[in-house]
Amino acid sequence: MHMPLEDQLGLNLLAANQHQADHNREHFDAWRLLCINVMSSPGAGKTSLLEQSLSALAGSHAMAVLEGDMTTQLDAERLEAVGVPVVPITTGRACHLDAHMVSGGLKLLSQRLDPAGLDLLWVENVGNLVCPAEFTVGEHRKVALLSITEGEDKPLKYPIMFREADCVLITKIDLLPHLPVSIERIISHIRQVNGRCPVLPVSALSGEGLQSWHQWLQEQREALLAPAAPEQALLACR
Amino acid sequence: MHEVDMTRALLQSLQAWKQAQSAQQPSVRRVHLQVGAFTCVEPDQLRVTWRAATTGSWLQGAELAIETIALRARCLSCGVSYGPRAEQAYRSPCCDQPLEEILSGRELRIRSVEYDLPDAPSTPLPETAAAAVQPGSFSSSHPSAR
Repeated sequence: MHMPLEDQLGLNLLAANQHQADHNREHFDAWRLLCINVMSSPGAGKTSLLEQSLSALAGSHAMAVLEGDMTTQLDAERLEAVGVPVVPITTGRACHLDAHMVSGGLKLLSQRLDPAGLDLLWVENVGNLVCPAEFTVGEHRKVALLSITEGEDKPLKYPIMFREADCVLITKIDLLPHLPVSIERIISHIRQVNGRCPVLPVSALSGEGLQSWHQWLQEQREALLAPAAPEQALLACR
Repeated sequence: MHEVDMTRALLQSLQAWKQAQSAQQPSVRRVHLQVGAFTCVEPDQLRVTWRAATTGSWLQGAELAIETIALRARCLSCGVSYGPRAEQAYRSPCCDQPLEEILSGRELRIRSVEYDLPDAPSTPLPETAAAAVQPGSFSSSHPSAR
């Protein structure tokens, strides 16, 4: 009986994405900007949060947004209205941004401005709690949003997203008086899969909690820019 | 839907492997994957998208053999390993610590590729190797494990 040959590959299935993500990260580091990947289910409030954060930080930070959306450019138009450069990335049938799409977005962004002049690059991912968790784009930090209208059990149903997150924002807390929802239970569910990340309750509508969120961003940026062993400082925050 | 993207990533990796081969083009019999239970990938859906994506390609007829790897974690406090159960008990049963160190279950790995080479002069039974590279042929020697 003829025996087939067998090659041991031991390759990560996402090796090609990881390779491109590492390349993106090298650019981010060379430009000395902080890249934040914002992820959540559809409608959790990513764009509303960004509208508020862009407005609040525009005076002190040079920023740009790579805006992922499956079919429309509606979110990009909303954010452009704030006065920050936005590059829309329509993903078509793909339900997440991958590192190659972000690389393409960076090329488009580079035609409009010099990324080395940026302090903060936002990547607003496609609304989805599953795939974006597996596809890194080279970001320094992953931020997951969970709105209180989605149900307290979401961290248990989508554990990988909440485990991967470096920070979780519980959004729409202005609705708390109207809903039988417990922030403590949501946090305890997040703590099943992630014991380290800060969990910050916020409302883009009322502004509650946004100061803590912006403080966290500032700390991440300072860690990135710390003169001694910036990568070690980043790891220490994880 | 993400299985489509995983399949595309898999095809890209296999294409790169094929291009790294010498002049002889391999005919793939079977691709061995390790898929952790704590990933976004559903093995059954991956097989469906694999079959659809490889039909008519150089990988047509190649079987996808998926080994599922269970989720195992180590308790942060006492170091005991445990098997977290989905949706309820990700925390350690011994010390009630959050899921921290994952020992296994995050794998998305191409372990190995089984293949034949056409007209390999050193092959003991060259007719078998030749039969396996008929264009578009489904080899009867390895029935699908679906």
